[in-house]
Amino acid sequence: MSVLTEKVMTRDWGKPGQHAFKGYQERGGYQQLKKVLTSMQPAQVTDEVKRSNLRGRGGAGFPTGLKWSFVPSLEKNTKPRYLAINADESEPGTAKDRFILEYDPHLLLEGIGIACYALGAHTCYIYARGEFKHPSAVLDAAIADAYANGVFGKKLMGTDFELDVYQVRGAGAYICGEETALLESLEGKKGWPRLKPPFPAVVGLFGCPTVVNNVETIAALPRIFEKGADWFARLGAAKSGGTRLVTLSGSVKRPGTYEVGMDTSMKELIFDKEYGQGMPEGRSVKAVIPGGSSAPVLTADELEVKLEFDAFKPLQSMAGSGGVIVMDDSTCMVRSLWRVARFYAEESCGQCTPCREGQPWMARLLRKIEEGRGELADLDTLMQVAQSIAPWPPIGLGNTICALGDAGALPVQSFVQKFRKDFEDHITQKRCPHGDKPWGTYGEFQ
Amino acid sequence: MSEPLFTAAEQKRFDDEIAVLLSHYPNDRKSASMLPALRVLQTIKGWLPPEGMKLVAERLETTVAHCYEVATFYVMFHTEKPGKYVIDVCTNLSCALRGAEGMLKYMEQKLNTHAGTRGEKYFLRETECLASCGTAPCLQINEDHHENLTKQKLDALLEKLS
Repeated sequence: MSVLTEKVMTRDWGKPGQHAFKGYQERGGYQQLKKVLTSMQPAQVTDEVKRSNLRGRGGAGFPTGLKWSFVPSLEKNTKPRYLAINADESEPGTAKDRFILEYDPHLLLEGIGIACYALGAHTCYIYARGEFKHPSAVLDAAIADAYANGVFGKKLMGTDFELDVYQVRGAGAYICGEETALLESLEGKKGWPRLKPPFPAVVGLFGCPTVVNNVETIAALPRIFEKGADWFARLGAAKSGGTRLVTLSGSVKRPGTYEVGMDTSMKELIFDKEYGQGMPEGRSVKAVIPGGSSAPVLTADELEVKLEFDAFKPLQSMAGSGGVIVMDDSTCMVRSLWRVARFYAEESCGQCTPCREGQPWMARLLRKIEEGRGELADLDTLMQVAQSIAPWPPIGLGNTICALGDAGALPVQSFVQKFRKDFEDHITQKRCPHGDKPWGTYGEFQ
Repeated sequence: MSEPLFTAAEQKRFDDEIAVLLSHYPNDRKSASMLPALRVLQTIKGWLPPEGMKLVAERLETTVAHCYEVATFYVMFHTEKPGKYVIDVCTNLSCALRGAEGMLKYMEQKLNTHAGTRGEKYFLRETECLASCGTAPCLQINEDHHENLTKQKLDALLEKLS
């Protein structure tokens, strides 16, 4: 069994006054920023982050230190550089960054100080999703508190490094979690992703070198410098350092947001008494979406997989943003996929034809099948449309500017491939076999 | 004479908040503050009236078309009066597996409306994932978040809406 014995990210959640500067500082807060600023060169900071095997928690799992190293040197590029924090948490199934903002906002702010020093960035924008009224209010108060206590401003922690930190709230658009759409939105525009290259590290916000990192990623930095890069790397598994926050939802006894070890398995997450506590009485697992609704679905036979980033590759799926959605064996696969497809149809930004036209087309076909009007040929059409948006496997061959195309195609491809019989049953029986109860054991509103 | 857009107090609030926003961006990038500026206007007026959009465009040194392009892209901006209570119900997968569809139907009956229809009092609508997946089902009323909802909890919430 590998149940996490030492909490890292969630260590101080819920402790009195933790959201305020005073409480955070009393538990040792801001000491790592001070240490980094007074005893390390920026390049050393980046090296430590590389050695820690810290990887992006927003979905892609890209090595953080490596991402930072793509920012050109000041000799080559004299423009100002920016750090943008992605707090636009909106991948269905994912609810973790919200809790960092609510319970431990200064952990993020200290991480921002460390990252900006390493990058030579003197301005940081935190882009929070518009619906986060309460988390954003807590974060705004924390930023003001940090300024009032001499953390940010002309003299970061009393040194000669200048750093300003601002929160910007989005206004309801999933696409703005894509890093270049986020930059467009920060520039005051609609969130249309940019063609890459150039990558944001070279041409980002206002045409300047910019790093975009997820909340959980940056909040890990104070821990890395407190206990060392080697400790952080060892804590993880394979090439994924540290621990992970995962959100467990759907048909489990105890849904919630949990901190897990990289070597914790999906099965342990669902069944262990520390986490999900298992399936509803008399029910078994039908399907699990492992990393937010865009991650290819897993069957009950694939749950030995560890939650570490690279472990999902052989299954042609991904760890994604840590949103684990469990469906029990009384859940309708067609109805579930239709709902997911509606999401990507709704959130497609409209820029690329395959995504703009393909996502609604897939949603319409799925509705037709779910309502008992489908034909077997519709399944072929469905797969053809998905393959035209983004061929799978492997992940990442999309025909669109950004990964939203892939994100909507992957669930369709994996559901139809792994649960084809469920789709065929709808077609041959000309109705949903689940009748008016498609949502499984907990699907009734009570 | 049409009524002025703002009262004196509202005008001051608008001016002050826009000035703070502009200080967060480079001088030649005033229009970068579009999203927060529209939020200021909407917070004061409850929606984005056309005269207000003109004012935002002036202050941000951009066009009214730019304001509308942004306002109509993001679902939280209202270019039409939205009703007194905007109720956003998440029906995405994690919430649906915990009863969200039934919750939406229950609310349609209780509030005597259809999801997606703008009423004077209620604007009930389906929304996408609100990052409350482990605490489903959830909804937001005028952006205030409520989670782990049951019939009992929902009844108590709706009773408070006058």
